[in-house]
Amino acid sequence: MAKSSIKVRAKVKKGEAKVKCLISHPMETGLRKNKKSGKLIPAHFIQEVTCEHGGKTVMNAQWSGTISKNPFLSFAFTGAKSGDTVKVSWVDNTGKSDSTEAKMK
Amino acid sequence: MNHNRRVLLKGTFAAGATGIAISAGLLTPKAVLAAWPKAAFEAKDVNSALEASLGSSNHTASSEIKLKAPDIAENGAVVPITVTSKIANTEAISVIVAENGTPLTATFNLGATTSGFVSTRIKMGKTSDVTAVVKAGGKLYSTSKNVKVTIGGCGG
Repeated sequence: MAKSSIKVRAKVKKGEAKVKCLISHPMETGLRKNKKSGKLIPAHFIQEVTCEHGGKTVMNAQWSGTISKNPFLSFAFTGAKSGDTVKVSWVDNTGKSDSTEAKMK
Repeated sequence: MNHNRRVLLKGTFAAGATGIAISAGLLTPKAVLAAWPKAAFEAKDVNSALEASLGSSNHTASSEIKLKAPDIAENGAVVPITVTSKIANTEAISVIVAENGTPLTATFNLGATTSGFVSTRIKMGKTSDVTAVVKAGGKLYSTSKNVKVTIGGCGG
């Protein structure tokens, strides 16, 4: 099974699902310089993160490079129950993407 | 013969299911193809960023938005912030760092059943006001907190 860049933990309490994600990504703003070469490290950051549940998009985040490296993200939504699946995906400015599905506890 | 029939039937079902899903709006590409608001993220001042991202720069302070952020951020590269909005029908939350070169850090678009709550970690170039702007019912509300940034890692 390919290793995903996204770790998801989701728990449902009293009908509200709280989702926590940790994504592995350099989140380069494009403003940092390589100390050895003096050249600018090109911008490489996640632009969009989407979470789907029950076929609907519950959260769509638009990010800039000023979200920290290896971004953490947490949000919550209602209408979920334990055992449901959530899907978290991201797309970055180079066109790369990844997604993962997780079962909610 | 059997194998070919299976493949054909499988293909037909798959195509049919996808077609039904699209017409039912389940596979609406809106979320995936939503254009990344470049103008908003490249805006160098707060008002332009808000107008490009949430449609307006008129926002009223609201005590129903809680912005949790450290008083002093030891590491400007990782500043944890949490925004909780008790305003009904919160549809979007934007995070603005006034003193960053490009103030708009993120915009979270929330679904109808999504709670007004987001938590993440942001980068801050220097001490600045961090503002959470909430879009609810077409209007904008906000709350701010000043976060001091001590560059140098170990607070020294």
